[in-house]
This record gives sequence, structure tokens and C-alpha cells, in this order.
Amino acid sequence: MTGIVKRAAMIGALAAALLGFAGSARAQAPADSPTLKAVKGRGQLVCGVDTGIPGYAYQDAGGTWQGLDVAWCRAIADAVLGAPDKVKFIGTTSKERFSVLKSGEIDVLIRDSEYSFIRNTQLGLDEPAVNFYTGQTFMVRKSLNVAHLPELNGATICVLTGTTLETNIADYNRAHNIKINTLLFERPEEAFAAADAGRCDGYTDDGGSVAAARSTMKRPGDWMFLPETIGGLEPLGAFTRQGDEAWTRLVKWVHFAMLEAEILGITRADAMDRAKDPKDPDLRRFFGLDGDFGKLLGVDNQWALRIARDIGNYGEVYEATFGGSGLGLPRGMNNLFDHGGLQALPTWH
Amino acid sequence: MSGGSVAMRLKPPRERRAGTAAWAASWLRANLFDTWTNTLLTLLVVAAAALILPPLWRWGVAHATLSGTTRAACRGGGACWTFIRVRLPLFFYGHYPAAARWRVDLSFVLLAVFAAPVLRTRTRRRGLAVLLLVTLFPALAAVLLAGGVFGLMPVETNAWGGLMLDVVIAFVTVAGSLPLGVLLALGRRSHLPVVRALAIGFIELWRGVPLLTVLFMSAVMVPLFLPQGVSLDRLVRALVALILFNAAYMAEVVRGGLQGVPPGQQEAAFSLGLGWWRMQALVVLPQALRIAVPAIVNTVVDLFKDTTLVSIVGLADLLGVVSQALKDPAWLGFPTEGYVFAAAMFFVCCFAMSAYGRRIERQLAAGR
Repeated sequence: MTGIVKRAAMIGALAAALLGFAGSARAQAPADSPTLKAVKGRGQLVCGVDTGIPGYAYQDAGGTWQGLDVAWCRAIADAVLGAPDKVKFIGTTSKERFSVLKSGEIDVLIRDSEYSFIRNTQLGLDEPAVNFYTGQTFMVRKSLNVAHLPELNGATICVLTGTTLETNIADYNRAHNIKINTLLFERPEEAFAAADAGRCDGYTDDGGSVAAARSTMKRPGDWMFLPETIGGLEPLGAFTRQGDEAWTRLVKWVHFAMLEAEILGITRADAMDRAKDPKDPDLRRFFGLDGDFGKLLGVDNQWALRIARDIGNYGEVYEATFGGSGLGLPRGMNNLFDHGGLQALPTWH
Repeated sequence: MSGGSVAMRLKPPRERRAGTAAWAASWLRANLFDTWTNTLLTLLVVAAAALILPPLWRWGVAHATLSGTTRAACRGGGACWTFIRVRLPLFFYGHYPAAARWRVDLSFVLLAVFAAPVLRTRTRRRGLAVLLLVTLFPALAAVLLAGGVFGLMPVETNAWGGLMLDVVIAFVTVAGSLPLGVLLALGRRSHLPVVRALAIGFIELWRGVPLLTVLFMSAVMVPLFLPQGVSLDRLVRALVALILFNAAYMAEVVRGGLQGVPPGQQEAAFSLGLGWWRMQALVVLPQALRIAVPAIVNTVVDLFKDTTLVSIVGLADLLGVVSQALKDPAWLGFPTEGYVFAAAMFFVCCFAMSAYGRRIERQLAAGR
């Protein structure tokens, strides 16, 4: 019954999109999106985030949402509605996250969720852009004098059981013919305490979790991250419902705007000054002085300026959440492409 | 810790002290050292207390920190209660806007005002008091908490949280599930086969599924059945699920009470010419509910603790807010403090409820 209703609604939307496309003389990308329309009508973006995880989405002592994922939500709201605080955050658990997105309860899901084949195909979700690349990361005591993973031969690492973390280490040992020992724990708190007490030389988990573990140590400065990761790449990013390309595009380009701001060196502090009649064509495009980039996305042309002014560029947000002012995790893979990282974006012109 | 209060107590006069000492010795002999097994148990308990209490005291009180505003203040090596203190408003109100928190406070005052005549044992018009508590009070509280009328700023339920949310959920669930449970219990004992079958079916269905799955259904499945664009509030969905689930338990508790009423009462009521509904309302139910009070209190205490389960569907109750607080990078590493605080809050609430239940029982027993 509801399937029929949904299908009818979809066909209607499709027909409307086609009509709109045929009607407009210029071959513009149709910015006609049901989600975008709903967000504008509501005057509020409903963003699904984690119920609480250091770095990505957490609440400070005043109860305000902070984090890398949260900043993306605020940037979308800023682009569409002109204010970064017009967001309703819904904390979602890992079991319900995709169904609340599919049911339409949230407009976008940005919840440290990994991009995967099944989620893209079988679950019918779009994967607009990756805001955090990670992989199994190691944190070791500085006193160990180890700079790279293979040098951990003979060391003991605290690991959580029942995950692929352990098998990844075993595979790595076999492939490199070394012996990294593991000490297994059921719960993260126990493993943290054991590492802090010196029962093991290091701790391993995905990048974000290791960074969180480090900040619980008595002396975080005594610990360092190794640059290598094992067990493959884990790209984490936003999810949108399939069938609303215009909305997916908007979510994607909001992330790219934060990257572009970093490439152009625009920060929160100087965004307004840099926007005052710049000569550089890249800056003119970014600030909406040339071209109709905002219109093509279904928002106004100052959208990117607002994001840079209110949220800041990607590097600033990373610095505040995962970087030096946050959990102390080096940029690594999340550096810009020209700094040896994976964060890259299409050109704007 | 009562050690301090004992030391502070005034010394009794010398002649009475001898008497007190003798009395204490005989009390100890009679209660703690009367048989050799009891002596052994007493010594074991004392040894266990000596082993556990001093470190607990050192952690929780002696070396604990309460002052300061950042984690840097916590250097004593004991518990860091600063973590709790700086987030206390969050733990009580959730994200409820600070400027509107008086509305929550006022709602609680109203709850006390409306509940007092119901809870007091000698009330003339208890029926009226109960009616006001479950009709007028929820209406007033809903207006106060949700706002949006009379110039009150609207506060979405997604901002409700902390202990306040637990209380709201527990109240609504009890107020909804108890009447429904009474109807179901009557239905289950009805002589009309369809009514009885429906009541049994409902009760067995809801008792047969775990609460967790019911909540998941409400959070995950219900939105899929609703037409696109129509979204039912998360809290409302959870509340409906909790009411239906607990109504089944209440029904069985009330049925136990109904079975405890001698059949002669019902027959006497019939012979007086009372109809079925009046017979139930005036004769049977008052006696049945009286019998069921301990079991109802037990269910309510259980239900209050079950409200923490809503955190798995993304509602931020006290436990949910505490676990969120544990994820703040500026305050990582204090899970013990957070969970001890939550446990203490729940203990206080549940203990108060069961203490009240015991008092009611005693009074009912005396009235018999």
C-alpha cells in the first residue's frame, strides 16, 4: 500500500522533473529536490548523527553538538537556510541509522558510517562524499622509540576481541614475517586502563577510536600514532536517499566547498575580507561573484561564503575536532591531495 | 557514611552509658552473635566491609574532586565529580533551553501538588484527585513542556532529555497503561468469548515480545508504514509502545487482584441490583486494586528503570545523556563517575517509590 503511494509519488516527482527540464530553455541541472524543498519549507535541516562519539559528533559541557560530522550538518543548513544553527540533530544508533534515513525522518545521515558496496546498492543509499578516511591505526608509547609499524616486532598491543582488528594483525604478522603480540580485552575501558598501566606497549582500533583512547591516557603526550594503517581503507561519509540527485549533489558540494576554502586558504577569520572584490577568478567563483554556482545547487550564490565564514574550511574543522585542538590525531590520509592525503575534489569551472 | 554522625553524637551521661552499653551488648548477642553460623556470617560481613569500604571512601570522597570547571582540576586520584557538576543541568533537563527550564521545574511542582492528595492515605475525594492527576495535570504539563501556545516558546521533544524525560515517560506510561490494564484484566475475566479472546490475545502478544524489540519496531518500522512526509514524533512513538507493552503486565497484576476478591462480594453486589459496570467500579475493583498494590508498585519501579531503554532508539534519557557526556573529548575517561551518578539517581527514585509502596501496604494491612 505504502509502496504504491511512494512509487506514485516518485513517478510524480520524476514527471515533474522531466517537465521542468523540458520547460526550461537552458539545459541547466534541475535543482528540483523534494528534500531540499522540505528543508526550506520546514526552515530546519534534520540531520542524523551519532548518539555520541569523540571527534565525529559529541556534546560539550553546555550540551551543544560539536564534531566533524556535526560541522558538515551545520554547513548544509548554512548553505540552504542561511544559518548554521537551523539544524535539528537526531542521535541515531548503529542499528536504526539507515531505516530512519530511508523513512524520511532525517534529511541526511552523517554518522561515522563506512561507505560500502551493499549500502550503495542493496540499501539504495547515495554516498556523496567522504569526510573522514581511516583504517586500523596504532598508538604506541613514545619511549618505545618506534616510528613505523614493522618495527613493532616483539611488542604487545592491547586489542578488543570479536573484531577484525585481531585478524588484521595476524595477517600483517604473516605477510611481514614478524610477531606483534596481542593482549585481548572485551571492553574499551579495560583496554585503555591496561595500556595506561603499562601492560601493553600500544593500542589499536580505527583511527578515530585510537585518537579518543589517547586522550583518556594519564599523559596523552607520552603516546604517538604510527603513520601506517592495516586492514584496508575505511571511508566514512554522509548518506542520502537515492532518487534525489539534486539533494545528494548539494550535500556533496557543501563538503567540497569546505575543501575548496582550505585550498584557497580562506579561513573563518578572513572570509569576509577576502570576499571584498577579489581579483583571483577562483575566489570570485567561490564567493559567488562570478557564475551561478549556488543557483545550480538550488541555493543562493553566497552559500560558500557563508560556510567559510560560519563553519570554516575543512582543515580548521579537522584541527578543532580530531587535530591539535581536539584528539591530537595527525591529518594523515585526511590531508588535501597535494599534501599527500586523499581529500580531493573536482574543479569548480 | 554514618561514621561521622556517630562521632558527633552527644556523649550520654555516665550512669545511662552503662545501661546503653549493656543494652547494646545484649542486642549484639541477640541479633548478630546468637548462633555460631550467625557469628561467622557477621565476621565475614565485617571483614568484607573493611576490605571494600575504605578504598571506596578514598575514591568517592577523600581523594575526590568537586571543584573546578575543567578536567585539569581532577588531580586528586579519586573520583572526578567535577565532571558531573559541570553537566548537572544537562543530566536533569537534557537539551531543554536554559531560558525555559523554569517550565520543567513548574511542571514538577504541579506534579507534586496534584499527586499529593492521591498519595496521601486519608483523602476524602480520592476519585476526584486521581481524575485531576490523569487529566488536568497532563494537559497543563504538556502545555508547559511543549509550549507553542500562550506565548510560550515551543520546545521540540527532541530537546527533552535527562532525568526529566525519564519522569515524563514513566508518568505517561503509568497513567496510560494502568487504566488500559484494568480494562484488559476485566476483559480477560469476561464471560463474553470475543472480548475474552481479544484481551487474552493482546496480553499474550505483548508479554511474549521483549521490550527492546517493541521499541525498535516503534522507531524503525512504524515510520516505514506511514505515508511519506508524515512523521510521528519519536517520543510519542516510544510512549505508545511503552504503554501497550506495560498495559499487558498491568493487566496480569490487576487480574491477580481480581482473583483475590471473594466471589461472594460479586454475588452480593448482584443481589443488591448493581449492574456489571457499577459492580466492578464500586465493589470489586476497589478491593482488587488494594490487593494488587504491592505488585503494581513493583511494576512501576520496573517500568521506571525500563525508561532508560529509550536511549537505544535515540532518545536522550538520563542514561543516554550520561553516555553522551562520556564521549566529550574534553572529558574523556570518566565512565565510572558517570554511571555511578546515574545509578545513584535511579536508586533514589526507585527507593522512594518502593518505600511509599511499603507504607501503603502497612496501612492497608492495618485497615483490614
